[in-house]
Amino acid sequence: MFLDELAGKGGEWLKGTGPESDIVISSRIRLARNLAEFPFVRKCSDGDKLAIEARVSEVINQQSKWSDPVSYHRIDEMNDLDRQFLVERQLISRELAESNGARSVLIDSGEKFSVMINEEDHLRIQAVQSGLDLTEAWHRINAIDDFVDSCLHYAFHPRYGYLTACPTNVGTGMRVSVMLHLPALVMTRELEKVFRSLQKINLAVRGLYGEGSEAMGDFYQISNQITLGKSEIELVQQVNEVIPVMIEYERKARDFLLRESRDELSDRVSRAHGILQNAKTISSEETMHLLSSIRLGVNMGLIEVDIPMLNRLFLQTQPAHLQKMIGGKLDIADRNVQRAQYLKKSFNISDN
Amino acid sequence: MKCQHCEKPATFHITELTDEVPEELHLCEEHARTYLMQADLKEDEVPSIASALAQQLKVNPAAEQLAQLDQQACPLCGITFYEFRHVGRLGCPHDYICFEDELDPIISNIHSATAHVGKQPRGAGEGTDQRTELIRLRREMEQAIQIEDYEKASMLRDKIAGIEEEEKSG
Repeated sequence: MFLDELAGKGGEWLKGTGPESDIVISSRIRLARNLAEFPFVRKCSDGDKLAIEARVSEVINQQSKWSDPVSYHRIDEMNDLDRQFLVERQLISRELAESNGARSVLIDSGEKFSVMINEEDHLRIQAVQSGLDLTEAWHRINAIDDFVDSCLHYAFHPRYGYLTACPTNVGTGMRVSVMLHLPALVMTRELEKVFRSLQKINLAVRGLYGEGSEAMGDFYQISNQITLGKSEIELVQQVNEVIPVMIEYERKARDFLLRESRDELSDRVSRAHGILQNAKTISSEETMHLLSSIRLGVNMGLIEVDIPMLNRLFLQTQPAHLQKMIGGKLDIADRNVQRAQYLKKSFNISDN
Repeated sequence: MKCQHCEKPATFHITELTDEVPEELHLCEEHARTYLMQADLKEDEVPSIASALAQQLKVNPAAEQLAQLDQQACPLCGITFYEFRHVGRLGCPHDYICFEDELDPIISNIHSATAHVGKQPRGAGEGTDQRTELIRLRREMEQAIQIEDYEKASMLRDKIAGIEEEEKSG
């Protein structure tokens, strides 16, 4: 099955290619769209949801319309493990995984775009590019949006723009985000300060896998907060402009750590490596934390480990990924044991 | 902005005009209620308060008006303003029209703008209004089925099918 094949791969957003890929992980854009003739999803009857799913899938679930292979999945007919798996890969949102009624997702086999049906809005289209490449993500998503628009009638208001269930998304319906790996700013405790200044220019910061401020593995997503009154290009520019500044802050923090506490840093990296190679049981949080230290160590020349493998491990040690690769449901204790074994194996292969 | 008397966000902005210098008050819903009730009591002594408030209320709804506003429902999807205020999600595209006066300041607050610039769908969204009408018709049809008024339900079904057909050919 398609999902099982994905489990062994890293996914576009963790490919780790492109300029500044030691800090910039991926670029992502999503558009929120609604059909004019149905209530927003929260107010939909079961029949409405079915009708929306049928109408949108009729348009998008046709291989002939796409240049690359796509797969289509009904989330309401899927088991919990597969749902969680798609959440971990960022192909669907937690909200889509956990809501009710007819809902689905179209996934491009290269994982460069996905379309969710019946999330908070009728359509949530997203495009992802490895590294810093918002312009390419915008071209891609704009073309997908044009195609859907040519077949369906979007709810649009001459003054408010694209109408969305939540007024915070109205206008362009667009969220532009870039995921960054910022371990040195976390270590030097300068992140709070940086984030406060971002908020002043209407940019939001979220940790990976969540709305909360706690980030898994020091991955942070920076995105626009405002969706109305600025064009799509302006929104892309707004986020684009701030990324070099963030990169510079992180580089300065890394230089500072090297200069002031090289031994401690080197020790931390080596210990992380040691634990991941030798642990007998380990949680996914601890794994993410230690992988982050090693990733930083590699990028600062303190240790040699294959970066694509590290990037892949961030994903494959997540609970649903691990279970899919092992081939069955495991409880937490068993997962922690399997995770430790998988890490040991991965590091040993890369060392030889 | 925080309420002057507690940690809650100030949702009521009242300008008191009875003094020499206009006094600005920023209050949460609860403290605004208390304040306005006191103002009502003092009405006899200071008649100007009432008229000043009446002016102000056109912009910032008072407790009483808010209660009234909360009852208002979208004729298409049926969502009340109260429901929207509590879940933070609107019910259908028409809400942006039927609650426009109330939503406009909220949208302006969130985005520091009230007009979209940028991409438009084909036909610039013309016909959104006619299509949202289908939301009402479908809801009426379901209600008719519930009360077993099948004659009305089948009439509505034909009407919906007619509009959908028109759309496909258009």
